[in-house]
Amino acid sequence: MRTQPDLPAGAQGRPKAVDLTGRLVRGDLVLDVALSVQPGEIVAVVGPNGAGKTTLLRLMAGLERLDDGRLLLGGLIVDDATDPGHVASHDRCVGWVPQDRLLFPHLSVAANVGFSPGATPERVDHLLNALDLRSIADRRPSECSGGQAQRVAVARALAGSPGLLLLDEPSTALDGASRQRIHELLGADDHPTTLLVTHDPVEAAGIADRIIELDAGRIVAAGTP
Amino acid sequence: MSRTPTRAPRSILVVALLGIAFLALPVVGLLQRAPWSSLDDLLGRRAVLDALRVSLTVSALAAAIVLVLGTPLAWMLARVDIPMRRLVRALIVLPMVLPPVVGGTALLFALGRRGLVGQWLDRWFDITLPFTMAGAVVAATFVALPFYVMTVEGALRTMGDDLEQIAGTLGASPLTVLRRITLPRLLPAMGAGLALAWARALGEFGATITFAGNLPGRTRTLPLATFQALESDPEAALALSLVLLAVSLVVLLPTRDRWLPTR
Repeated sequence: MRTQPDLPAGAQGRPKAVDLTGRLVRGDLVLDVALSVQPGEIVAVVGPNGAGKTTLLRLMAGLERLDDGRLLLGGLIVDDATDPGHVASHDRCVGWVPQDRLLFPHLSVAANVGFSPGATPERVDHLLNALDLRSIADRRPSECSGGQAQRVAVARALAGSPGLLLLDEPSTALDGASRQRIHELLGADDHPTTLLVTHDPVEAAGIADRIIELDAGRIVAAGTP
Repeated sequence: MSRTPTRAPRSILVVALLGIAFLALPVVGLLQRAPWSSLDDLLGRRAVLDALRVSLTVSALAAAIVLVLGTPLAWMLARVDIPMRRLVRALIVLPMVLPPVVGGTALLFALGRRGLVGQWLDRWFDITLPFTMAGAVVAATFVALPFYVMTVEGALRTMGDDLEQIAGTLGASPLTVLRRITLPRLLPAMGAGLALAWARALGEFGATITFAGNLPGRTRTLPLATFQALESDPEAALALSLVLLAVSLVVLLPTRDRWLPTR
């Protein structure tokens, strides 16, 4: 058995390194990527629609399996194409903010933010304040504006102190001030390793340590902003 | 701002009204012929009360079994990549399209004292199902289960699994996801499916009479008692029908948002 079913105690909250050398085929898309990310590094992923950016994040989150190659998070093999076993989503300690936010409609804003079993009340409190969500903490997602919902999704992903944060276009519905708040959180001393999919070159340049460009499933350019 | 109401072509309106009349007419006929003056006396009869008790017991037990068996089954059909899914679904839908008498006959050959499984139930556990109240419960469950499974499976498919995936990435175990995300969102569909299944169990006739017989106080449910009374005492049959109508309306209450006026 080459994969480890459980991450070691205390792994939560510690920024994880990412090592991916692999390939997967989903319909027309062939994602074929070799990518290493240092612990705590913020990497912006840019590229045209259909380039495989979201699939890359889903792969990290454990929602897609590799057809070839392997993926290590924090030094542990979480997916290996030669091994039918893999580390499931809920054991990966990642925070994922999908493009369409997907808040839990039957839970309040506060309950959404505190959903992760790793979320402490203090952490939830801190995030509600930091992202200006305190005044709407009791509202249902259906009563939130697009920008508020986006901030709730970011807070929810951060509340469990993930080692790897996966953000898929997190700023599309945000005004300047909200975007600034999220960038401040991502730039804090204890921020997790972050993969940020964005179509906004200004955002990528403003926040990322490194930018990679994906096209037709391959990394075609990489560099520092 | 409200939407402009759609104006229906007159021909469609006429046909739709005919449809409504077709469905309403039997109920009106029942209410018009109901023996209102002697209703108290008729409903107080031992045979009516027995049939009501048997019907409520059998349909409630069937609904409970449907809930326990049907929820995991619906979830599996909607979420798990099982082999021969179409065949499994066809098998589940079968009691919906099968004539109930055929269902009862099949149950007899499967669970009867000399049936495929029934002979072992009888020999090893001393359990006999035909012509017992337990048999009536089995027959009602058999015909009602598909209504629940199809309703809940449809709701699960419509909901999709995006939120469940998100909950998983946040560190929630599959059981926690089921408890905190899937089930709370599924409750309305479970209520609607259960009401449909219960209503079907309540009205069950063919499979029950074939598999469980028509024994007063044991397997004679309201529909069986109504059928029996039609031959000898039409007034009692009308009274029993009214009871069934009333109980059916009560069973529909969980789905009142969909089918009954709420304001």
